[in-house]
Parts: sequence; C-alpha cells; structure tokens
Amino acid sequence: MAAETLLKTSKQSKYISYRKILYHRFFVGLLLFILISLVLSIACNIFAGSAPRVDFHESVNLDAVSVPVSTILRSSVKSSPRVVNCTYWSCFNVYKCGRGGHDKITIYVYPLKDYTTEDDDSISRFSREFYEILHTIKNSKYYTSSPDEACLLVPSIDTLNQNYFNKEYVSRALQSLEHWNNGENHLIFNMVAGVAPNYNTVIDLNTSKAIIAGAGFDTWTFRYGFDISLPLYSHIAQDIDSTQPEQKNYLIVSAQLNIPEDYLAELQNIASSSNDLLLLDSCKMNVDYKKRCEYTTGKVFDYPDVLKEGMFCLIVRSARLAQSILLDILASQCIPIIIADTIVMPFNSHVDWNRIALFVPEENIRSLVKIVHSVSKERRGELYWQLRWVYERYFSSIEKITLTTLEIINEKVFPLAARMYEDWNMPEHIYGPVNPLFLPVTAPKSPGFTAVILTYDRVDSLFTLVRQLVRTPSLAKILVVWNNQKKPPPPASEWPVVNKPLKVIRTKENKLSNRFYPYDEIETECQLTIDDDIVMLTPDELEFGFDVWREFPDRIVGFPSRLHVWDNVTSSWKYYSEWTNQISMVLTGAAFHHKIWSWYYTHRMPAAVRAWVDDNFNCEDIAMNFLVANVTRKPPIKVTPRKKFKCPECTNTEMLSADARHMSQRSACVERFAREYGHMALRAVEFRADPLQYRETAAGVPHAYPDIGAL
Amino acid sequence: MNIRVPKKMQAKKRYFIVILSSFLGLYCFFTSFYLNSHRNQKSRRGQLPTFATLEELNESPSRQKRNPQTTTKSCRMQTCFDFSKCGSDPKVYVYPTDGPVSATYRKVLSVIRESRYATHDPAEACLFIPAVDTLDADPLSPEHIPDVASRLSRLQYWKNGRNHVIFNLYAGTWPDYAEGALGFDSGEAIMARASASETIFRDGFDISLPLFHKEHPERGGAPPAATGNPFPAPRKHLLAFKGKRYVHGIGSETRNSLWHLHDGNQLILVTTCRHGKSWKDLRDERCDEDNKEYDKFDYEQLLANSTFCLVARGRRLGSYRFLEALAAGCVPVLLSNGWRLPFDERIDWRRAVIWADERLLLQVPELVRSVPPERILALRQQTQLLWEQYFSSIEKIVFTTIEIILERIMAHRSSRQREALIWNASPGALGTLSSYGDSRAHLPVAAPAPPAPRAPAPPPGPLPAPSLPLTAPPPTPGDTFTALLYVQATSPALHKLLANIASSEHCEKVVLVWDSERAAPTLKSLSRMAGDPRDALTVTVIDATTHYPGEGVSARWQPLWAVPTAAVFSLDGDAPLLAEELDFAFRVWRHFPERIVGYPARNHYWDESKNAWGYSSKWGGSYSMVLPGAALVHRALLALYGAAAPALRLAVRRARNCEDILLNCLAAHASRRPPLKLAQRRRYKPQHHRYRSSWSDPEHFVQRQSCLNTFAAAWGYMPLVRSVLRLDPILFKDPVSTLRKKYRKMELVTS
Repeated sequence: MAAETLLKTSKQSKYISYRKILYHRFFVGLLLFILISLVLSIACNIFAGSAPRVDFHESVNLDAVSVPVSTILRSSVKSSPRVVNCTYWSCFNVYKCGRGGHDKITIYVYPLKDYTTEDDDSISRFSREFYEILHTIKNSKYYTSSPDEACLLVPSIDTLNQNYFNKEYVSRALQSLEHWNNGENHLIFNMVAGVAPNYNTVIDLNTSKAIIAGAGFDTWTFRYGFDISLPLYSHIAQDIDSTQPEQKNYLIVSAQLNIPEDYLAELQNIASSSNDLLLLDSCKMNVDYKKRCEYTTGKVFDYPDVLKEGMFCLIVRSARLAQSILLDILASQCIPIIIADTIVMPFNSHVDWNRIALFVPEENIRSLVKIVHSVSKERRGELYWQLRWVYERYFSSIEKITLTTLEIINEKVFPLAARMYEDWNMPEHIYGPVNPLFLPVTAPKSPGFTAVILTYDRVDSLFTLVRQLVRTPSLAKILVVWNNQKKPPPPASEWPVVNKPLKVIRTKENKLSNRFYPYDEIETECQLTIDDDIVMLTPDELEFGFDVWREFPDRIVGFPSRLHVWDNVTSSWKYYSEWTNQISMVLTGAAFHHKIWSWYYTHRMPAAVRAWVDDNFNCEDIAMNFLVANVTRKPPIKVTPRKKFKCPECTNTEMLSADARHMSQRSACVERFAREYGHMALRAVEFRADPLQYRETAAGVPHAYPDIGAL
Repeated sequence: MNIRVPKKMQAKKRYFIVILSSFLGLYCFFTSFYLNSHRNQKSRRGQLPTFATLEELNESPSRQKRNPQTTTKSCRMQTCFDFSKCGSDPKVYVYPTDGPVSATYRKVLSVIRESRYATHDPAEACLFIPAVDTLDADPLSPEHIPDVASRLSRLQYWKNGRNHVIFNLYAGTWPDYAEGALGFDSGEAIMARASASETIFRDGFDISLPLFHKEHPERGGAPPAATGNPFPAPRKHLLAFKGKRYVHGIGSETRNSLWHLHDGNQLILVTTCRHGKSWKDLRDERCDEDNKEYDKFDYEQLLANSTFCLVARGRRLGSYRFLEALAAGCVPVLLSNGWRLPFDERIDWRRAVIWADERLLLQVPELVRSVPPERILALRQQTQLLWEQYFSSIEKIVFTTIEIILERIMAHRSSRQREALIWNASPGALGTLSSYGDSRAHLPVAAPAPPAPRAPAPPPGPLPAPSLPLTAPPPTPGDTFTALLYVQATSPALHKLLANIASSEHCEKVVLVWDSERAAPTLKSLSRMAGDPRDALTVTVIDATTHYPGEGVSARWQPLWAVPTAAVFSLDGDAPLLAEELDFAFRVWRHFPERIVGYPARNHYWDESKNAWGYSSKWGGSYSMVLPGAALVHRALLALYGAAAPALRLAVRRARNCEDILLNCLAAHASRRPPLKLAQRRRYKPQHHRYRSSWSDPEHFVQRQSCLNTFAAAWGYMPLVRSVLRLDPILFKDPVSTLRKKYRKMELVTS
C-alpha cells in the first residue's frame, strides 16, 4: 500500500511538477510577451510622437469632430489679386525649402477651420476630394507639421469648385492665414474654375503669389514653370476597369454631353456621311448620366462602357477647357482626340501628351476623320499602350494626382532629384532600359585600352600573357586582379619588365565578379577583360579587336563566341558552343567593353544574377552578355580569329566529362538569367567583324592587320 | 482536478495573473479606443459631398461663340498666325536685301535662301523673313542698324508682322537692358530671340535662340570635341568659370559673389573687373585680387578640363558661354534665373544641363558634387549630341528655328509632330523629315525599342476613307526588303540578277527604274525557281524618262511610293549578287538600319598636294563609302535624299554622277557612323569596274573627285566617316566543312 501510495504520489507529483512547469512556462511566457509588447508600444508611441512634440506641432487633424469656427468680417482686408507674371524665380521663396534634406520639399497644411461669414454662412464647402488631397499630403513623405519648416503651405479652405466658395470671403480668409505673406509658397488647388457667363480659365480668387494647381488653364492664364495644370477629376473614371475588348467597334466615339452647338453641327455632318464616327448625346427621355443615345437612331448605349468600344474618343472644348470625360476616356484606353485650342494639358511640363493623344485644332474639326485615318498602325499602337500606363501612374485617383503635383514642384526646387523624360513617359516594360552610351561616335584611339587580367595562381601563364599583351600598340595599362587571398602575388622583382604601366590589385574575396569591378585604376573607357591563360592572341588581333570596339563602343567585342538555342525537347534554353552560323554571346575570357558595363555589372545588375554567379563560381561572362544585351538591345560583335582557346595539355577523357558538366551548368545559367530578366535578352546574329582585307590576296596594298586568324 | 501547489507560490501566481489581466484589460481598452476613433475618422470622408456634381461637370456653354482670333491677349499660333497660307510643303520667302545688313545677318539670310525651305515666290510662301537686320537692337552697339521700325513697316507683305519671323540676339541697352526695348514694334511676328526671359516669352509662339559669336561658322561647324566617354569623368576641375564681372548694375550680383566659391583646384571661378573704358573708376576692393587670379587660368583649357561649366547671366540672361560650354562637352550649370533656354520648346534640356539658382549661389558646389557619375556621363554625351545637331553652325541654328515653326504648322494641319525622342536623340530633327512617318518605328533608329504590343483591331468596315490614300511608311526594320533596280540597258547580267532576286528569301517586291531612251521592258512578275512554293514576285517597272524627266541618276531613288518596305536594296542592273548575298546583307542591315550596308566600298582621303579631298576605289585598310549599286538603304534615308539641299542635287544633276557619294554623305551626316561593307568576293571588284561603262573613263573619276569637294564645301566639313572592318558570315572562309556553313556560295570563286 505504502509502496503503492508512494508510487502513486511519485507518479502524481511527477505529473503535478510537469503541469507546474507547463503552467509556469506558459505564464512566464505570457507575461514576457505582454510586458515586451507593452514596452514596445509605449516606446513606439513616445518616439513616434516625439518628433512633432519637440517643437510643439501636432500634425493636422483632418477628422476632427469639431473644428474651431473663425468668422471672417466683411471689413477685413482681402488678399491682393493674382500676380499675372509670376515665375518660380520671382514669386517663390526658395530659401524656405531645403529643411527636408537635399531632395525633398516640405509641406505644411493649415489646421482645419470652419470659416464663416458674419451671417454664419460657411464661406466654402469642404468636399471629399479636397479631403483626399489634404489626406494625401498629410501621409506623403513631404508632410511637415511645422509651418516654420515648411517650403510649401496648403490652406485648408476648399477651393476646388468655384461654385461652392465665396470668392470675396475666401480672399479675406486667405489674407488672415498666419503665414500667408502675400501668398508666397502657398499652393491653391482648384478643379472647376470660372463661372458663367465668361468662364475664366483660372480660379477667380485673389491668390496673390500663390502657386495654382488647377484644371482648365489656357496658355494665357497658365504661368509657365510656376502653375501646375491638373486633370479635372471624374468619379466615373475610377470605376472603369482595365479590361479591353478584342476588337474596337467604332473608330471614333463622341460621348461628351456638352459639345458647343456649332461644333456639334460639324460632328453631325461627319456622323451622317461616315460610319467612322459614333456620335452620342444624352437620351431624351430621362437625364441619366449612365446612358447615352446615338444621335440619329436613338440607340441606347451604356456610359462609360461605350468608351471602350472606340479606338479614338473625342473631347471638345466646351464652357470650360478641361472636361471630366478626359479621365473616363483615358481609363477606358480609348485614344483621346482633343479639340481645344490653347488648352494646357494636365502635367504638361512632364507628361508628354503627344504620346497619348491627338490634338486637332478647332478650325480643323471638319477634317477629323481624315486626320484619324492618317494615323499609322504603329503610332496607334504606341498611343494605345501608353494610355493606360499613364492613366494608372498619374491620373487614376486624387491621391496620384496630388502626389504628381507635389513631385513636379519638388523637381523644380531640387532639379537633381528630377526624373528624366524616359522615367516620366516611357514605360520600361514596353520600351526597355535606356542605353547609357547613346552618342553615335567612333571612340578615340589615343587613350587606348586597359587590360584587366583576373588571375588566381597561374603565375607562368600570367607572365607570358603580360609579355604578349604589351606588344599591342594601343594597350595603355595592365591591371592584374589577384583573386587569391591565401597567396600574395609574386614580388615586383619577379614580374616581367614591361614598358606599360602594370598594377596589381588584391581582392578580399575570391569572386568571379571581381573581374567586372569598375576599378578606379581603369582610366580608359575601354577595358579588355582577359583570362590569364589566353596567351594565343597576337598583337594584331588585339589591336584590330580594339579598333572594332571603337566603332561599336556600346557593345561587347570579343573573340571566342557562343550561342543560345531553344531546346524543344526540354523546352528550355541551351548553351551551345559548336561551330555555328550564329552567335549571341562573346566570352569575356577575351573581350573589349566599355567601363560603364563594369559599373552596371556591379551596381545595376539584378542582385539574383550576381549572387548566382558568385555562388556557382561560373557564368560571369554569360551574365555580362545578358546585362549588355538587355540594356542596349544589341548583340555583341565577334572578331575574326577562330583558334583553339582551350589548354592543349589537358587530356582528352578528362576534358570530355568536364565539358559535359560544364555545358549543363552553362545551360542552367542561360535558363536562369533569362528567367531573371523576364525574357531572353540575348540576340543572335549571323555576322562577325573581319579586317577589310581579311583573306584577300592584296594587290600591292599592304594589309593593315597582317597577323590575324592563323590557326 | 486537484492541483497541490505550495500556497506561497499559488498566491504569487494569482497576483501575477491579476496584474497581468489588468494590464491586458487596459491594453485592450486603449487599442479598442484607438481603433474606434479611427473608425470614426474614416467615416468622415464618406460624409463629405463630392466637389462637383455631374451636372456641373457637364455644364453647357453659353451661346456666344468663342473666337480666339479677336483676342487682345498676347500672340499665340492660333491667334497671330495665318495657317491658310501654308500647304503641305510650307515655304519660306526671304525679302531681297536692300540697305545695311551685318555680316552675321547676311549669313542667316544666305543659309535660308540656299535651303530647301526657300522660295522666290512670295505668293506661295508661308513664312517671311525680312532682310532688315534686327539682330542687334542695342543702340550703343556698333552693329546696330538704325531705322528698323520704319523699314519693317514698309515691307510689302508685312501686315503687322503676320507670318514673319524676326531674329534678334541683343535687346535693350545700358543701363537696364530691358528685354522689351527692341526699338521697333514686332507686331504679330514670331520673335526668334536670344536671352528671352520667361515673362516676356510668348509660350508656343516665340522661339528662344542661343547667343552666338560673330565668328560662329556659317555652315558645318566644329565636330564634337569630347568624343570619348570615359567613366567616371576624369577631368581635372569640377566646376569652372572665367569671365568679367560688372561690379555694378543689372546682373552683376551673381558674378560679383563668385569668388566666394573659388578654391583654386576643384572649383575654378575667376572673374575680372577689366572691361569697357571706365572700369578703373568703378572698381571695388576685390578687383586687383580677382584680376590676379583671373590671369592664372586659360579659358579654353578650363573648358576642356572641367566637368561642369558655370553659365552665369551677364547683363542679359543668355551668354556666349552657353554654346562654348556645350561645344567643349562641359556640362553647363545655369545661373540665369528665368531664362528660356534655346529651342526649349522641343529640346529637353534636363538631359544636358544642371539648373542652379542664382539665389542659392553658395549651394552650387554642393549641387555639382552630388551629381552621380552615370548622370554626368549622360549629360556630357547629350551636350555633344545637341551641339552637333542644333548649334554648331549658324545654318543649324536657323534651320532648327524654321523646323520648329514648320512643325507647328504641320501639327496644325495633320495633328502630328515629331516625337520628343526624335528631337533629343540621334539623328535629331534636322536629320529626319518631319513629314516622314508619325512614329519612331518608321525611322532608321539603331536598336529600336521593341514594338508595342498590338492594340485591339480597329473596327472592320469602310476603312480607309475612300478619298484618302494611306500614307504611313512601313515600320523598321521589317522582315522583307524591296529590290530597287536602276537599269539603263537589258543584259544577261540583269537577267541573272533578277533570277537571283527571285530566289532570295526576304525580297518582297522588285521596283525597276528604267532610265533609257529605249522602251521599258514589260515585266509584271518574276517566277520563282522550280520547287519554290511561293507566289511569283511582283515587279513594278517605272520609266524614269517619262516619270522623272531631267532628274538623271537621281531618279533611281525617286519612286519611293512604290516601295512598301523600310529596307530598300538599291541595285545597279548588272550587280553580280547571289541570292545568298542579298539575304545576308538584309540580315545584317536589320541590325544597322541607320547605315548603308552593302558590298562595293570606296574611300576618301585628304590630298595634301592638291589641298582637296581625293576619291579612291583602291581601298587599303579602310573605307568610308559603300556604293548603293549593291547596298541596303533605309527608305527614310532615300526620302531625305529627295529633300537634300537644292545646291547638292544640282551638282548631281549637272554631273550625271555622284548620286551615290551624295547618299553616303547624307547617311554619314545624319547618323555620324560609317557605312558597313560586307564580305568580299574575289570576282566582284573587277566586274564592278566594268558594269558601268563610264567607270573606265578617267574623266568620270575626276568628276567624282570634284563632287566630293562640292559636297564637303556645302556641308562645311567632310561628313564621311571611315571604318576598318567588314562584316562576314560567322564561318566565312573558316577551315570547316562547307556543309556546316550557311553561306557557302559566297565563298566560292566563280568566274
């Protein structure tokens, strides 16, 4: 019994102690977790809140339930009128900027206030879109909560629609702003400018020196380099998806409702004489903005779906220059035809509208169909593909529109932060990257080239190569990249005596990519990367290779070449080294290329490719060929000699097995890199470069490069 | 379950749990409060009204018609220009010179008069250039021509300046140099002016010119100085400026404070007070020191040895320095607030200059230091590109001005203009015809971007409109070529060539230009070789004597309307080419559409003894021309040939020769690249000499020599570029089995 009890208790105690540990661990763990999360959350709050709290500025609260009321007296001073000839240089105080670093402006949003007249009427209506604009600014990287640090200041009075604010009182309210200072560095947003009967093309408000980001400017009211032209926002557009029909049913669709009568008459003429124009109007029965009726037959179409059926869509200048249908059309991927003389297109300083739209002068409205027909198939395709991309990048929401506005101002203030035309207007997925060497020149001969030899420990072969290389007249310098960390390079006394500068660089790690590092010691634009065992190239061959490179300075010019082929059986890319009629790669065991490619290899190449090369200790040459072909869209150039580039001492059987393994690894590289780039960047060609008199029996004219191509 | 735990421990645990749960509770409360307030805030957006209702957005206009013609605002093309005078090929009329004209303006007038834009008939003209010298409107300048106002208004077609272009380099005078002070009323004329500021410039109407020296060459001009593109830029100085400062008056502040930045090594900013007669009276305390530093540096050396060059405003916004820096490949750093850069309507200067701000002068060193090296590489190349294309001679500056206006006219007529990328890349707007195509895909662009994916098909049905021919040129490079034969007599060689063309893989069409007194052969199609399943090859025979009378040899490239492909294989009637060679040439050309790619090559050389250019058919190690007797040429290039300057075409017509040299000059001038010669067949050379009877004629040779010199003179420089390589098939003449080779017949020596 006792024994039994003992046994039992021991069992129980074991059990209990087990549970105890479990409980204990659980609670301690829970405690720790909660403590840590508490500490973290407190710390986060403190640190996040600390930045504004240091100078006692809270970020603007757009969602405050109650906002302070400020009554604007009729007697208070109005801001001065819009300065017509403002420029960035004369009206913008650049000294206020630069607090946000060297590439970023800072923007302050005034706290929300409910401005009222003496009769308690609100002086402007706060709209959803304006809320979104302020919200975007608040959440952007440019936002600052301190007015003293601000480069740009945004009044929180909604001025989007001329119909919903009292311009007299808003002018007074602007003047009452704490930092107004005659509107300097203030940014006023506006979408609907001007009211009947004269429909001004700029907001009718005393904005003094403030920058106006507005829709519907004409070239007279738009202050070049100062104002920002916006699109007129459309809520319909944001619901249009990106699907497209297989075929467009109509050449030109006109779905705008407010076309002026004289132009409408012209369009009716066209529509009645040609099937190319689908002219739509509002339906007579009921006012429904989701429906359109064909002008003559009354056939009903759904709006905005009908826009997708058009290849081209019309926008005609009406009461105002800007029309909200523009965004519907862009979103529908229908090429806009803009008939509005002197209109300033949205973001025209950066977005190239000639890549998106056709502009037909108002007086040419009659030849509309003729003009549309003269658009070539190629241009049509370019316009079409550009459309959706531009829409999604700059116009698809209030947020994008606001951020683009801010970015344009930012680029003005910090020109170095500016993106280039290609970044703004050329989708890289269609047009590819930009070639960094675009000047059409034959590179000068006099600087010569620098030979970069990657070596590990084959000292004899290296010395032979050095002796061989220095006989090439255009060689400027030899750079030996010593890739062996365990063994120091031979002392200076052992090196061959040469008449060209020679420099040894020791690397930190034995990586193949070291041969493509843009060393400062490479002072020429051309570099010859060469393996330490390629000793068979004659000076004539190297000199000719360099001359060929000079004519094609943006390509890799080399001697041994390879090809990539598509293997239908395994449906993958294969690396091919037999005697072929095509080439798509030249091996960088002996190749000339511009130094910029080394820089690209080190800094711009997809990291995955670089990592693959270093991990597998292979394929750096294939990676280089991919890199250059991808950027330039040009194949490399192979130069004459067809020689054995393999070491002659290696025995045959070893070579064979090594070869097979080597080949499969190389094929894997090609396959892998093609996947990394998303397409096969390499291009095959059927030609190589030979000296002009190659294999010619010269009639008395001596050969320029006699010692070439011997086996 | 009965858990027996020591009491002490239990109590401890309980406390723990209590404290923990209270913490947890608090935490939950705050979180929920936080979330709650968030939800409250979210809802605010939804409550707000939208900024405008659909009715407001679709507001219809009031009845009155807007008529921009009757506006009192400043000029725009729509309000101050009469487009009705300009047809599809707008012409420029230059008034006859009567009265004093400065040497520079004389050059301006002469380049226009000799250009392809010129017309002698004011009735067909669209643009008018007064022969009244308006270049210098500064009355204190020795070049100033008085009485401009009345002479302008007396012009026969003046009409308040409508459709006139007025060139002006200097406006205003001491002391305020007011831009508006021209001394005459330009009315509705387009002002092509230097140093324009943003405020006075009528956007889209005026044209901003660069300020150029009196010595600026009339034609040709210096080729780019910086052809090398070392990376990173190894220049000695980072930023350089050497110039006078004015001590007092407008525009002097910037230059006066430059010495603050000078460090004698990286930043060389030296100024002098010495200028004018009375500088000693106005000198300030720094003048002596500045003058000393100033004399230490040589201006040309500075330009060549620094990466950036400061282009600070002088009295006026523009300065000569701008072009000088461009020419030297020194990236301009602009300190000239409000200046409209030359031709900024079409030239994208963001690619070639750095905008600094006069107000932030002291930040300039920081600014230039933070330009990354790859950007510098691009900037410098672009300076060279732009300098060579638009600025290196008066001719280029004037032509660019005219091209911009003509392009506006074309945009008005046909709603198209050349893309920004054509203007800002090689070969530039002066190397392409504005009327040729409406996409870059039509032009010979090396390594073009991949074509955009296909757009959805346009609607089927009555397309195109009946009255309208589709004029869009074919896309580059395409998969086929057109053989354009120039035949003066039928011969066995011609039949052989036609047979070879018929068996070529890539030939789409044959256009045979028949230039002979005898009746043209009637040939509709070429039948294929036996066993070839393809349809017979279409042939169009064009009788040059009736279609293009008096054109002579130039007629061979006239019938481009019959050419449906971008690639044109220009062939002499007896060119001994095999089908294999035709196809190889085409496959190579597809990679170099901007060049002439073909077989017979020639060279040029400088003949010291005659002090003239020589022409040579005995090439040694290099060549500079590939004769279009057997060469592929881009269709756009042939169109450019058709629009070559009248003087050049006249030279060809007179000589009845040299059309091939002219085409080579044109191609080299536009692309700045040499042509490409393809594999050599032994038999080819002697045959080639024979196939044109005049070849053996020594006089013929002399004539070609003189052509070469005429062309070089017309361009102001020798446009031809040499090459040392030829392109062969990969296994050409390699010691491998011929079975492995794709192009076998090319190697065989046939007699």
